[in-house]
Amino acid sequence: MNSLAWLLLGLPLLSAVVIHLGLKRLQSVSALVATASAGVTLLFSIILLLSEGDFITSFNWASIAGFEGIKIGLELDQLSKGMMLIVTGVGFLVHLFSLAYMKYDQAKARYFAGLALFMFSMTGIVLASNFIMMFIFWELVGLSSYLLIGHWYDKDSAADAAKKAFLTNRIGDFGFMIGILMLWGIAGTFTFSELAGGLAASSGYSITLLGIAVLCIFAGAMGKSAQAPLHVWLPDAMEGPTPVSALIHAATMVAAGVFMMARFYTSIGTEVIEALWGVQTIAWIGGITSLLAALMATQQDDIKKILAYSTLSQLGYMVMAVGLLSPEAGMFHLYTHAWFKALLFLGSGAVIYACHHEQNIWKMGGLKKTMPITFITFGIGTLALCGFPFITSGFWSKEQILETAWLNNKPLFLIAALVAFLTTFYMFRLFFIAFLGKSRSEKSEHAKEVGPLMFTPLIILAILALISGFSSVAGIIAPSFKILEFHIGPAFIASLLAVILGFLFAFKLYAKTDEDPLAGHKVAQVFRHKFYLDEAYAKIIRYGQDGLAAFIHFFDELIINGLIVGGFSRTAGGIGRLFTRLQSGNLQGYATLFGIGVLLVIYITVFVS
Amino acid sequence: MHSIAFYLFALLAITGGIFLVAFRNPVSSALAMVLSFVGLAGLFIGLNAYFVGIVQILVYAGAIMVLFIFIIMLLDLNDEKPVKFKSTTVLAGVIIPLLLVVQILGVIQSHNTGDEGAFKKITASSMAISAKEFPEDSAIHKSLTHPKSPKLPDTNLIGHAIFTRYNFPLQIMGVLLLVATMGVVILSKRSSKKAS
Amino acid sequence: MASLNEFLFISGLLFAIGLAGVIIRRNIIVIFMSLELMLAAASLTLVAFSRFHLHEGLPDYNGQVFVFFIITVAAAEVAVGLAIIVALYRARQTINVEDLTSMRG
Repeated sequence: MNSLAWLLLGLPLLSAVVIHLGLKRLQSVSALVATASAGVTLLFSIILLLSEGDFITSFNWASIAGFEGIKIGLELDQLSKGMMLIVTGVGFLVHLFSLAYMKYDQAKARYFAGLALFMFSMTGIVLASNFIMMFIFWELVGLSSYLLIGHWYDKDSAADAAKKAFLTNRIGDFGFMIGILMLWGIAGTFTFSELAGGLAASSGYSITLLGIAVLCIFAGAMGKSAQAPLHVWLPDAMEGPTPVSALIHAATMVAAGVFMMARFYTSIGTEVIEALWGVQTIAWIGGITSLLAALMATQQDDIKKILAYSTLSQLGYMVMAVGLLSPEAGMFHLYTHAWFKALLFLGSGAVIYACHHEQNIWKMGGLKKTMPITFITFGIGTLALCGFPFITSGFWSKEQILETAWLNNKPLFLIAALVAFLTTFYMFRLFFIAFLGKSRSEKSEHAKEVGPLMFTPLIILAILALISGFSSVAGIIAPSFKILEFHIGPAFIASLLAVILGFLFAFKLYAKTDEDPLAGHKVAQVFRHKFYLDEAYAKIIRYGQDGLAAFIHFFDELIINGLIVGGFSRTAGGIGRLFTRLQSGNLQGYATLFGIGVLLVIYITVFVS
Repeated sequence: MHSIAFYLFALLAITGGIFLVAFRNPVSSALAMVLSFVGLAGLFIGLNAYFVGIVQILVYAGAIMVLFIFIIMLLDLNDEKPVKFKSTTVLAGVIIPLLLVVQILGVIQSHNTGDEGAFKKITASSMAISAKEFPEDSAIHKSLTHPKSPKLPDTNLIGHAIFTRYNFPLQIMGVLLLVATMGVVILSKRSSKKAS
Repeated sequence: MASLNEFLFISGLLFAIGLAGVIIRRNIIVIFMSLELMLAAASLTLVAFSRFHLHEGLPDYNGQVFVFFIITVAAAEVAVGLAIIVALYRARQTINVEDLTSMRG
């Protein structure tokens, strides 16, 4: 089992390296290599999942005197095994889908190398046994995400989006790093399995300090899981190829923040967290993110943007659950969400592919007849996302979150219920406009059903979107699952109402229309423009950063350059110039100096002393 | 050594030196240098250093001066352009040597050489004593102990010193001359690339 | 009779004249001659010391051997130096050291 786990980590790296170094010319071969590697890792993670027992294995990567050293280690338990299944499962299906979707891409090899690198990094995060290793791989997924968002880098918007994603993540990662170091300062260890013991041993730690450390670590999750106010990069990241959006920006990488928090909470113990200062903020950030994102999603026209905002909103749900000290609920939603959101993204990918890269839903329509398989699977995904009662996985996980919110925090429960309503509303808006009615453009008129390589992943994911929520299935493959007795309570009523109301509103407004009836509304304008947050950030950055830059520039020019660096250099230069005057190139000058030297030597040796 | 001869030759040497520096025409300077070296050679001979004195005349007046004149003629250099000497340069060129002379005077004054510094004649008896170091049938021995007029075999003694104690430096000197000869040949050769 | 100090003084005077020539003159050939004068002044010192440092009644010939070597080296130096001057003149058409300032720092 041990070597299998290491192989699980190493195989994607190997394929990434092989493709990058050797197979760049052989585009199709490299695609197959990456897909095969993803398939094999899926097989491995299934074997690991079915194997009994948890274990931790590690080796010293860098040892430093007087310090525990930096370890590379794997921790395999239900959490990481289940997460591995999600990563490799969605990963493999996305690879399959990409074989068709990216068939005619010029840089297929680079794309698949990026995917393989991402699989490696994500595996590293999931299996990491300590924070340092997790941080390393955390940065690596950031890198692969950057590479894949910017895959079509000759498009300015894609290059900018990649840069934006990377830079926004920097802010979060900075906090993450500080948090890790603070935690190390308190608990004296980076290793997850030793955290609880380390904290217990260091009696008398300040709950404020530890609370701040937890919030700093959460900042990393905010960046990676795109929580407000660092959410701005995720919608832009949709510039990347759609399969990438499905894998990285819906199912796995963005969930890494939630996974990390769950890993952290479970290893440190929720009782410890509960007592800390300020950790309630986390739940509120999740709730606010989910509400904001859901509101923004109601007015988007780009099919991928809608899904991106819905991802944001669902991530907010997960973070809220984790923040309410129920990481199991968060992880359960992560698990079901991974399947149905990957399904939705791949479905949108199929639609985009069929409509010749048309992403505006108002130019689609009537796809029900031309793309039946996509229509049905996308419909299943939509239902799962809305949490259609009993038959979809989304219902069960959302139910757990609503239940948790009801029990712990009533205002957040209201937000969550509102978000559930909005989710149904905007998803059916998308569904009605894109698939029903008549086609509104030539491109969608000539859409054809996609090939088997593309619809097979859709079907598999659709099945998982339906069944993965049942406790019999989830008990085996979910990363962490706590069976909650289902009962008809406020949570159920709220979610049922949300689905019904959301569907009715969407039906009334969008079932038979060719343009958005809300488009002119002022509130809708605000949603459409994402609460003007991007503009506000741009302003903040422009004025704040420019002001700071001007100040620093002034400081740098005057103090650093003028006095310190420049002072030294000018002094040295001045002395040097003084001596270059001696270096006149004039022989007589040299002779004079020589004569003076002789005089001095005689004077010193003979007359002095 | 007779004082009159000493002062005569010393005056000759110094006058030559001053002329060497003062003449505008390089040819005159070269001739002044020879004059100075003749004076020096006289001083050498007065110091019983006959060989060195003769070599001084032969090498400097004979060879080196000819070389200088030859180069001056070859480059066709007439008087230095009538550019005024820079006053600072002249000042430095006067003050620094003057200070040097003052310093030398100071050194000489502070060291009263006394008896050792006095000029002692090399007598027949002293020559006879040192003759014992050399084999009886050698030219040096014979010359030193000549019954009628013993002479200082200056050349023989330098030769003896060079070929016994300074044998290795002499060989190095030969190599130096060889290298210098090759260097001159290479330097003087107009490179064919440049010519074209 | 001239004493050792007088010889040393004459020698120092000659050396100083040579130094003055090197500093004042701008014709590189004359500078070269002045250098020769300085060498010769040093030779005079050596010979004087040789003569006044009697060794079992004879002059100390080590000093005179040195003078012999000095003359040899000077001859080689003059040959090479003049060759350099000729090459320099070919390249720059001047032997005035004030025009030769390409080594300026």
